[in-house]
Parts: sequence; structure tokens; C-alpha cells
Amino acid sequence: MTDLTFVVELTILVLAAFLGFEVISKVPTMLHTPLMSGTNFIHGIVIVGAILILGFADDTFTKTVGFVAMVLATANVVGGWFVTDRMLEMFKRRPEPKKDDQK
Amino acid sequence: MISDPDVLGLLYLVSIVCFVLALRFLSSPKHARRGNWLGGVGMIVAIATTLLVEGISNWALIVVAAAIGSVVGLVGARKVKMTAMPQMVALFNGVGGGAAALVALAEFHENGGDLVWDEALSIALSALIGSISFAGSLVAFAKLQELVRGRPIVFPGQNVVNIVVLGAAAAIGVAIVAGLEDQWAIVAVIVLALAFGVMFVLPIGGADMPVVISLLNAFTGLAASATGFVLDSAVLIVAGMLVGASGTLLTLLMAKAMNRSIANVLFGAFGQVQTGAGQARADDGRTVRATTADDVAVQLSFARKVIVVPGYGMAVAQAQHDVRQLADLLEERGVDVKYAIHPVAGRMPGHMNVLLAEANVPYTQLFEMDEINPEFPQTDVALVIGANDVTNPAARSDPGSPIYGMPILDVDKAASIVVMKRSMNPGFAGIDNELYLDPKTTMLFGDAKESVLKLISSVKSS
Repeated sequence: MTDLTFVVELTILVLAAFLGFEVISKVPTMLHTPLMSGTNFIHGIVIVGAILILGFADDTFTKTVGFVAMVLATANVVGGWFVTDRMLEMFKRRPEPKKDDQK
Repeated sequence: MISDPDVLGLLYLVSIVCFVLALRFLSSPKHARRGNWLGGVGMIVAIATTLLVEGISNWALIVVAAAIGSVVGLVGARKVKMTAMPQMVALFNGVGGGAAALVALAEFHENGGDLVWDEALSIALSALIGSISFAGSLVAFAKLQELVRGRPIVFPGQNVVNIVVLGAAAAIGVAIVAGLEDQWAIVAVIVLALAFGVMFVLPIGGADMPVVISLLNAFTGLAASATGFVLDSAVLIVAGMLVGASGTLLTLLMAKAMNRSIANVLFGAFGQVQTGAGQARADDGRTVRATTADDVAVQLSFARKVIVVPGYGMAVAQAQHDVRQLADLLEERGVDVKYAIHPVAGRMPGHMNVLLAEANVPYTQLFEMDEINPEFPQTDVALVIGANDVTNPAARSDPGSPIYGMPILDVDKAASIVVMKRSMNPGFAGIDNELYLDPKTTMLFGDAKESVLKLISSVKSS
């Protein structure tokens, strides 16, 4: 698609690794489960790969493989996002320690 | 339709920025949710951009596949209980890894004849890591869901077999890079990697799950990143690597919290190590003292300071709401209540925090190990709810213990200790806990939820 060379891609990868370590190390222990599920959602980005495979497929084999990949990736994206949102909602609602005694 | 690669690249750059910010916002609970929304925007931009790439067809298949995936994902995400979150995370790891491996397979099938070495390398890596992650995650899921035994499953020569299988997969991968174009080669890599994934997670015990889940998380990210090399897609490379970095960092943190090397967790088949060494301890005349809910209720009501130590047992019994209710009752009576969270309590990083957050426990009451340990000596009652190995003093004192050197919560330094436990079975590490024989310790046997409910009614009536 684009004209990235291998070395440019490798450079991007290494920089992303440093960036990732830097950003993630600021996440408090308390939020490690949402972090896992949030990153779970982000690796759903393989959906881009699945669309490209399925969208350009012209034989049955590629169509089948692409279709399954697309199902898995979509489940990953949708499920990952909603689980993370549910979890973070619980963390958010409590500026006051004592408020809703009725659960 | 967009055919200009620069426009595509710029749109993908927008989603990269969104993903980075999503993680950045996770540094505080206040903004975390906004971060996830931003991540969602990034994903929508990436998906929309890809759908607009010139030449995309097979729309019916795309829509049907997306619909199936969405329903599965949505239902799963809505239905899952917070206590089942580790399984869920394992499952999403698995599907992501599986998708990456399939993309690699399809790409090899399409371009088998004319791959440059670096494309071949990326395809082989994506197939290899994605498949390991897929199979490993499914086994982790099955273990956490208790479809298979949580205890390590081992057979003689296991590590040798694992290394041979992984070596074979890697060798075929090298052949692919060297120019092997037969489609069976990539299929063989996938099959061998799947087998390796199953065999490498099977022997790992339940207590080591936090490390394994983090590692599989990293694998899936790296597989996605490798897919990015195959498709020349910067957004895949960056997003995948961010996940890879996160998973790696968590893996290291978890292993450190257990004072074990990652290699030891992965190949040590923990829990098989010790038989007998701890068993004989009770021979010196010390015995376990059982107590009743009424006694504990009195103890708690008249305490000045109580520290609650939750563990996997609380998750299994789904007792978090009741624990919080008990804590509220005690606070009304002027008792100072805090929670001590061990980094590897439960089955995934931060597991206890999520459960207690679900029960509306203010996070200002939750304390990490290093913060809370100096407070145990001034504590009247340490209430251990379904936690075991993370409170075992043998980690400090007994060099023969498999968990020797692991940082623990200094529960034994409290004036008295009440341990809620289903039975005298050892914890998931399969070793005895000396804490239970401590003269200051009393045991309240039974399901954690029922015990806590009994405590609540006793405290109310006392």
C-alpha cells in the first residue's frame, strides 16, 4: 500500500517500544486490569489486516481465512472496548468515599 | 474511495495518536474512561480508513463477519462477571492472536511466490507468535474457567518436547525466510506453534496465571505488530508494539512480585516442587484453631484498626460486595478499615482492585504492599479473605520453601489474624501456610461469602 521500507518500519517499531514503556510505566497498579483489557482492545487493530485480506480476497481459501480473521478481530475490538468501559466506569464514580450505600 | 497513500497514512496517524493518548489517560482513574473513548475513536478512524481503501470488495462477507464478531464480543462483554475478568482477558488475547496468525496465513497464500525476505520473516513471526498466543490463551481460559485442572499438568521430558516443537516451528520459519514457498510450510509453522502454545501453558499453575496472562498479552501485541510489517501498516506496527510493551512490563512486574524469573514461572511447573516438606510442620504440637463468626464479630467490633487482605478466594465466592458492607458497618462503629492488596493476589494484575471497585470500595482505602506492610504491627485484626500464599511467612523465613524470597504481606505481625478459608487445602502453590499454625491466628472455615454474611449479621446484633 504505502512505501515504507523495512528499516523505516523497524525504526517506528523501536520508537513505539520506548514510547510504550514510558507511557505504561505511569499507569498505577490499581489500574492494571483495565490496562490489560484496554491493551486487549488496542491489539484488536489487527482488524485492519483482516479487512485488507478479506476485502482483496478473490479465491475461496483467502476468503475463508479472511472471514474467520475478521470475525475474531471484530469480537476482539467490540468485546475489548465494552469490557474496558464497564470496568473503568466502576473506577470513575467515586469522588466521595461515602455516597451510595445502596448498591 | 481513497487511493492517495499520504491521505491514508495521515488518517492512520490520527488513530495512532488516539491510542497513545488512550494509554496516557490511564495514568489516573479520573481520566481513564475518557481515554478508552479516545481509543474507541482511534479504532473507528482506523477501520473506516481501511474500508475506504481503493479496491476493497467482498462487502457482504465483511459485513456478515463484522456482525457475527460484534454480537459475540458485545454479548461476552456484557454478560461476563467482574470475577471472571481474567478468563475474559485471556479469551480476547486469544482471538487477537488468532486473527493475526490468520492474516499471516492468507498473506502467504496470496503472495507466496514473490516474497522479499523481510516480508517472509514478518509473516513467519506473525504466524508463530499469533498461534502460540491463540492456543496458550485458550488453555489459560480453560484453566481459569476451571474446564481443566488449575494445578500444573506435567509429564516427563515436557520441557524437552516443548523445545523440540518450538525449534521445529522456528526452523521451518527460517526456511520460509530463506525462500521456501510451499504453503504447507506456513501451515506447519501454525500447527506446531499451536501445539507449543497448549503445552507451554498446561503445566503452569493457577497462582502463576498473572504472569502468563501478561505474557500472552505481550505476544498478541507483538503478533499484531509483525502483521503490520507484512502489510506495511504503521498503525498496526505502533499499536501492536504499544501492547507488546505493556504486556512485557506487566510480565516483569508480576514475576518480580513473586521473586521468580520468568523462565522459572514458564518452565518450573510450580506447585509440583514440594511434597511433604511443609506437611510435617504440625508435628511440633501446634494446631490450627477454628473459630466462629460470633467470636470474630466481637473481635472486629472492638478493634481500633482492621486490615482486610483479599485474595482469589474472595473472587471465587464473589464476596466483594459483602466484604464492603462489613467494612462499612465496622467504620460506622469507629473502626479504621484498610485493604491490603498484594500485586499477585488473584489471577491477573490488578484483579483485586477491579473487584473492590465493583463493590464501590473507595480506592483511597486500598493500599499496595509496600505502603501497608509497616502498618500491620499497629493493627488489631488482620482479616484474610481467601488469600493464601501472599501471606505465608515461610516466604521470609524458610529457605526450603518454593516461595522463599517472594515479598509478602506481613499479616503475621498484626495483633491477631483471622483467616477465612474454605477448607484446610493448601493454596494454589500447593504448599502449607505456616500462618495458620501461628498462635495468634484463628480460622473461620466456610465459603467466604457465607462467612462474611454471618459476620455482618453478628456485628449488627452485637
